[in-house]
Amino acid sequence: MARYIAKRLFYMFVALFIIASVSFFLMKMLPGSPLSAQDKLSDEQQEIVLEKYGLNDPLPVQYVRYLGNIVKGDLGISFQFSNTPVTKIIQDRIGPSMQLGFQALVVGTILGVLLGMIAAIFHNGFLDYSSTLLAVLGTSIPSFVFAGLLQWVFAVELGWFPVAFWGGFEYTVLPTIALMIFPMATAARFIRTEMLEVLGSDFITTARAKGITEYAVVFKHGLRNSLIPLITVIGPMAISLLTGSLVIEQIFAIPGIGEQFVNSIMVNDYPTIMGMTLLIAFLFILIVLVVDILYGFIDPRIRISGGEK
Amino acid sequence: MSKLLEVKDLAISFNTFSGEVQAVRGVSFDVAKGETLAIVGESGSGKSVTTKSLMRLLPTPQSVIKRGQILFEGEDLVNKTDKEMQKIRGKDISMIFQDPMTSLNPTMKIGNQIMEGLIKHQNMSRSEARPKAAELLKQVGIPHAEKRLHQYPHQFSGGMRQRVVIAMALACNPKLLIADEPTTALDVTIQAQILELMKDVQKETGSSIIFITHDLGVVANIADRVAVMYAGKIVEIGTTEEIFYNPQHPYTWGLLGSMPTLDDTDEHLMSIPGSPPDMLNPPKGDAFAPRNSYALKIDTELEPPMFKVSDTHYAATWLLHENAPKVEPPAEVKRRMAGFSKTGEFLKGEEGEDQ
Ligand SMILES: Nc1ncnc2c1ncn2[C@@H]1O[C@H](COP(=O)(O)OP(=O)(O)O)[C@@H](O)[C@H]1O
Ligand SMILES: [Mg+2]
Repeated sequence: MARYIAKRLFYMFVALFIIASVSFFLMKMLPGSPLSAQDKLSDEQQEIVLEKYGLNDPLPVQYVRYLGNIVKGDLGISFQFSNTPVTKIIQDRIGPSMQLGFQALVVGTILGVLLGMIAAIFHNGFLDYSSTLLAVLGTSIPSFVFAGLLQWVFAVELGWFPVAFWGGFEYTVLPTIALMIFPMATAARFIRTEMLEVLGSDFITTARAKGITEYAVVFKHGLRNSLIPLITVIGPMAISLLTGSLVIEQIFAIPGIGEQFVNSIMVNDYPTIMGMTLLIAFLFILIVLVVDILYGFIDPRIRISGGEK
Repeated sequence: MSKLLEVKDLAISFNTFSGEVQAVRGVSFDVAKGETLAIVGESGSGKSVTTKSLMRLLPTPQSVIKRGQILFEGEDLVNKTDKEMQKIRGKDISMIFQDPMTSLNPTMKIGNQIMEGLIKHQNMSRSEARPKAAELLKQVGIPHAEKRLHQYPHQFSGGMRQRVVIAMALACNPKLLIADEPTTALDVTIQAQILELMKDVQKETGSSIIFITHDLGVVANIADRVAVMYAGKIVEIGTTEEIFYNPQHPYTWGLLGSMPTLDDTDEHLMSIPGSPPDMLNPPKGDAFAPRNSYALKIDTELEPPMFKVSDTHYAATWLLHENAPKVEPPAEVKRRMAGFSKTGEFLKGEEGEDQ
């Protein structure tokens, strides 16, 4: 297992190197420059700025410098906020996004799994229809509508939670709920389908034939087997949640990373864009690795060979 | 011998979108302590439904027990709640299923799967249950038991998995063991081993067995008595000797005729023409009549009752009525009947009687 993870980590760095290189060259090929929005600068002034940021050096020199800096953990200086390192921007911004995304992912998945299981156990009953309805609403109502509704009911009318902004835990409640609806609905749908299939399988009859309680049948035998396909969808969902939701961050005025990413693209802030691209790629690869390891935990049949020894 | 199980006029239907499937239509039989009863019949005849209902394992609410009684040690299981059944399942009655590739939980170590029943019914702690589980694995012939407990089903071959399933079923010394085609999914040599194992197990534990199969060769090897099922009914029941030497129902003849024997070439194999009836609309009269070359006129109108052949032997065919014409089984079947008695090849006799 340790060897496997080490191997995967090595590939992860190779992948990151490739992504860093590709995004570097793509960025260079883009039309426009960080200064193209500032036509008030004279040519000489522009020249001075380009010189300052090393943008006049030959491409290979820039490339090597860029890679070297990444290794040192330096993602460069933002063009947008002068003298602010990109790592600092990310650090400031990633906290709220990650916290919201993580809360939404965990709470949403757990609630979704419970909903899906209830639906499967009471197949074709009232609880099944209610939870299916909830799941359909959850996947079809756009999150901004839902976010607005939450703000209106729980912040404006009831005053239980702040309307917006970033402060203590109470500020995270409404955006977390708004964010978690989608993972919850997705998990509920997946688990319901899978659980129904699993509950009809032979080994469930075997389990029942042992005389264990229906609760043990469903949770000890059914749940684990129904989780397997869910992991596949949770991976990509985790990435989009953890890297920040532009819409939710805008509505709740949360200083997250999603909003920053878009702003940086607008103003050709190369170092910030590349830094964030790398970050997202890193998270992506990391989550894929975590998903693969999780698979092995849940399904012994695909446990990585050598793991037993 | 005292009765362990008495099933009386059991009828079970499934409510489906296309209507009521009458899977079991009034079945009566009993099983004595320590006895092995085989239930044979083509696929779809209601064998699995009958036996699953004994443990009340049929899916609800689709399945309905329409009438009848399942008396286990004198108590009717039909009206038991799920909670009450949980105390019986795996403890007094346990079951071995057909396909060992699907009947074990793929994500649970087999040790835990075996221990579950022990923990539930014998109030054992996990540390008490573990050595007992290892012992059970040894008993069913799985070497390196302690190590194997920590493995998952995919690390076992089909035959080994069926041994695990048997170990699971034996865990709490059940009084009745139901084996639903336990060897059908296995290849021939493994089949023989599993059968031997089941015979050994019975010798050791003295439990009663209901053995379901569509393979008559297996029946002769293991059963004391045989019930032949067709279209949700028992059409003939008797001791193994009676069913093999003196079969009365044309359907039993058909089954015997389609059974390969040791000295046979394929040309002697008969097959029963046609296919079993649709249980959504079971035919009037004798359900086997449309496939029966010996069918009488009355077969299409009135269902035959169980005629008594001997104290232990009954068959539901109008051919046994005193007014019916006397018919002989087909030559091929007679040849086999004679063969069975000459060679005793298929009969459990030899070893059993020596003791
Ligand atoms: N869950 C179910 N829903 C509807 N019909 C069923 C169900 N299970 C079994 N049946 C029907 O009951 C009849 C008997 O099936 P079964 O007992 O499995 O036969 P076998 O003798 O091969 O074990 C068949 O006609 C089958 O289609
Ligand atoms: Mg069957």
